[in-house]
Amino acid sequence: MSRWQAGRRHVVRFSLNGKPCIGEAEPRMLLTDFLRHEIGATGTHVGCEHGVCGACTVSVDGQPARACLTLAAQIDGCDVRTVESLAPSAGSLGILQSAFKRNHALQCGFCTAGILMSLDCFLRQHPHPDEAGIREFLSGHLCRCTGYAPIVRAALEAAAEMAAALSGAKSDA
Amino acid sequence: MKPAAFDYIRAEHLDEVLEALRREGSDARIIAGGQSLMPMLNMRLAKPKTLIDIMRLPELARIDSSRGAVTVGAGVRQASLLQWPELGRSLQLAGLALPWTGHAQTRSRGTVCGSIAHADPSAELPLVLQALGGEVHLRSVSRRRRVAARDFFAGMMATTRADDELIEAVSFPTARGRCAFREVARRHGDFAIVACAAVNTGDGVRLAVGGVADMPAVRDFPRLEGSAVDDAMNRFAYELDARDDVHATARYRRDLVRMIGRDLVREVLQ
Repeated sequence: MSRWQAGRRHVVRFSLNGKPCIGEAEPRMLLTDFLRHEIGATGTHVGCEHGVCGACTVSVDGQPARACLTLAAQIDGCDVRTVESLAPSAGSLGILQSAFKRNHALQCGFCTAGILMSLDCFLRQHPHPDEAGIREFLSGHLCRCTGYAPIVRAALEAAAEMAAALSGAKSDA
Repeated sequence: MKPAAFDYIRAEHLDEVLEALRREGSDARIIAGGQSLMPMLNMRLAKPKTLIDIMRLPELARIDSSRGAVTVGAGVRQASLLQWPELGRSLQLAGLALPWTGHAQTRSRGTVCGSIAHADPSAELPLVLQALGGEVHLRSVSRRRRVAARDFFAGMMATTRADDELIEAVSFPTARGRCAFREVARRHGDFAIVACAAVNTGDGVRLAVGGVADMPAVRDFPRLEGSAVDDAMNRFAYELDARDDVHATARYRRDLVRMIGRDLVREVLQ
């Protein structure tokens, strides 16, 4: 058993976007604030802070999670991925991000980081999604700009592209 | 919108959890998935002195199906129960209701027992537990007891759990008859304005309604046919202690109970 005292900072060891990472957090620190203020990974956005809007969604051990409803203490030893993981290199975009850009699936961009991470988890688990499945999954996010239609389109396009890349990789082997 | 300060205990053995609950009682809260508790902490509606994290206890992360009941441990996430291969056969009603429980992004962390512990009047899992006549397994340092769902929920976000007790598991009887679930909410996955579950009990139908009163309401009806269904639903809806709130009026809630109740009763009695 370990007991973290209130008001004291404690060491959190975890994996961030595939690399080992260490930070310090008080017990009450939310994962959102930990990522942004302690680690400096500001791609994760903070919206409603009570789990409704989905802007802060990240991947924890491969599953989508509200970073505002997760304590930094809870991710000790976990594999965390954020929107910073999606681009293959600086200055380029990942498949999902490119599809968002092509389809105008974002306008102000505040909700986008969370939606991208959610869809990234979803498409890994459902490589051949239908529109209804994507729409149900997106019900966990609020977007006030797009009306969702371009987001759904971008997700379907990205899924098709990922599936094609996957089958291409298989036939190469 | 940040939690007040608390100590955080990461338990590795059940004894540590029970001992911490004995020592700290109502000053301590259990955190599992945190999807009900964290909003309460962020909004400072709850200000515990200590949080006890139980998610590193493998013995609590089990789903066990035996002797006509499915027992779900306190560490089982809602997404895990939804993916359990036997769900459709053994616990069909939970399979129907779980997709409505929050969103995929909260079910991935939120636990089944956590939702029961939170006892939100519009939550789906307390409704399912009531409809099936399930039990809550409570454990403290000195005793273990099982409480029937109808005796567990005591009001809005209130239960009969004692301060030193852990909800170790909940058990749902395996229902053999037909069952049905329907919900109305502003957005799929939001809190229900009205949620209804119906179970064919063999000699009739049990209807459970959430979102209307301060806890799920359950009523058993004999086999009903024709206009008797409408009459029974009218009486049931009228007798519910319906509330007005920002989401819907009491009258609208009663109307939904009449309509959804009628459809579900007919569906499960077919």
